[in-house]
Amino acid sequence: MPLIALSNVTKAYPPRSKGAPPTVAVDDVSLEIEEGDVHAIIGYSGAGKSTLVRLINALERPTGGRVTVAGRDLVGLDERALRQVRRGIGMIFQQFNLFESKTVWGNVEFPLKVAGIPRAEHQKRISDLLHFVGLVDQAHAYVDQLSGGQKQRVGIARALATSPQILLADEATSALDPETTRDVLGLLRRVNTEFGVTVVVITHEMDVVRSIANRVSVMEGGRIVEQGEVFDVFSAPRTEAARRFVAGVVPTVPDADTLATLRSRHPGRIVSFSFADGGTDQSAIFLELNRRGVGFELIHGGIEDIRGRTFGTITLALTGDDASIDEALDRLTAVATIVKAA
Amino acid sequence: MDRLIELLPKLWLSAWETVYMVGIAMIVGGILGLVLGLALYLTRPGNLLENKAVFTVLNVIVNTFRPIPFIILLAAVQPLARVVIGTGIGNNAAIFGLVVGSFFAISRIVEQNLLTVRPGVIEAARSVGASPLRIIFTVLIPEALGPLILGYTFIFIAVTDMSAVAGLIGGGGLGNFAIQYGYRLFEPAVTWAAVILIIVLVQFVQFIGNSLARTVLRR
Ligand SMILES: Nc1ncnc2c1ncn2[C@@H]1O[C@H](COP(=O)(O)OP(=O)(O)O)[C@@H](O)[C@H]1O
Ligand SMILES: [Mg+2]
Repeated sequence: MPLIALSNVTKAYPPRSKGAPPTVAVDDVSLEIEEGDVHAIIGYSGAGKSTLVRLINALERPTGGRVTVAGRDLVGLDERALRQVRRGIGMIFQQFNLFESKTVWGNVEFPLKVAGIPRAEHQKRISDLLHFVGLVDQAHAYVDQLSGGQKQRVGIARALATSPQILLADEATSALDPETTRDVLGLLRRVNTEFGVTVVVITHEMDVVRSIANRVSVMEGGRIVEQGEVFDVFSAPRTEAARRFVAGVVPTVPDADTLATLRSRHPGRIVSFSFADGGTDQSAIFLELNRRGVGFELIHGGIEDIRGRTFGTITLALTGDDASIDEALDRLTAVATIVKAA
Repeated sequence: MDRLIELLPKLWLSAWETVYMVGIAMIVGGILGLVLGLALYLTRPGNLLENKAVFTVLNVIVNTFRPIPFIILLAAVQPLARVVIGTGIGNNAAIFGLVVGSFFAISRIVEQNLLTVRPGVIEAARSVGASPLRIIFTVLIPEALGPLILGYTFIFIAVTDMSAVAGLIGGGGLGNFAIQYGYRLFEPAVTWAAVILIIVLVQFVQFIGNSLARTVLRR
């Protein structure tokens, strides 16, 4: 049974003005997230990602459908019972949302107080958490004295205080620079692998998906338009939306503009080779070209590695006599998808 | 000048009356205003105890009463003072008027300062399963404490200003002193003595308020 299950969930906000249609932020979404997954939800701003994730910890109530967390149907629960459920689900935010009136220690202690955990246990729990996020020295600092990366670490420690089974991260790295992003993502990965916490990551950046998720859902206009293993969605996106996200981070067949530039700089035939899965050995291509006396130069693209499985597209400029090139390409259709530039 | 020396005991008494009237009014009005201000904030659409009907009613009430000039309000609530505290004249009736007058202003200031707390912070507290009551007392008010202290300081000065017309219904205080013994008897020195005491009082409270706010805001 999945840890989190949404079935036909809809969230409509009442219209801003009378007579206008309601805003359907989440539109008939079904989604299952397995225990131990790092599940990314990617989409542009306004796609409904935040609303979707806030349905999981019942900060919002659905207007239709069913939300089940750890086997409990949230729709039937009253507010008091929902507060209990929320204690088992941590959440971190783009703007960190720390309590500025409290120290780092006070921020991490807050969920412990809320959950009614005996005061005697706070000391050990908080210092363990601060060790984990690397903020022991800042324990008694107020949060406005911290850098963005440190603030998010406090956010993570606070979210994990009551040892939740699930961590929701709503654009947790979108306000951070690339290096700090890497650190925070590394920490989230450890949360998943060391503590076995199921992590739901919301983002608009494919890089984030690639670096920590094993599954991904692509959201557009309140709907999940594509869903699958990260490798599959990256190597063979099925929808236009997924293709757009993937194109930004994965080397692809050059588009018309790029092709024109490449052509002006490189003589010979321009050919792209795509590998759909990890099986392809690039050296097979190079050997074959060599054997036929075809000269080649790598002019575009590259190879992606997602958890040890590779895929990608390389574009070569081939020089030599036409017959040899054609022969080589014929043979190579067995190992790669070949796109000959017109 | 001789007149002023003669009136010194009365001046001290009046100063004490001002402190007393304003102090009691600030405590009672401050608490009532905090409650109404919280209610306005919490029931506002999108907030913790969102309730459009309640919010609209409270909002209309505050908007109706807040702009009434105090000197008129004081006279208007006099019959009510008779019912509630048993007298329509004197310092206590003036305090009653000050409480009514400050109540609405304080509630608006409290509401506005609570609105400075980022909604995300409240959301974070909700996300760990905190109840509304806990959020109000351990997150919302502490997060807004600096601005709240400055708001109350501002209101203290406004209430001191209002208290100057207490004489209208037989109350005392420095305002009444200045009018009765200074202005009416053509003794500018007496008037100015009251002015200076009011300035000292206001500056003192302003200083305390600013220091407290600075401590809370750690600046
Ligand atoms: N509380 C709300 N009231 C009304 N509309 C909302 C509310 N929250 C979000 N929306 C609308 O729902 C849509 C999805 O928003 P959101 O879930 O925040 O998207 P994302 O996180 O993908 O940017 C947007 O059109 C937004 O304006
Ligand atoms: Mg969002």
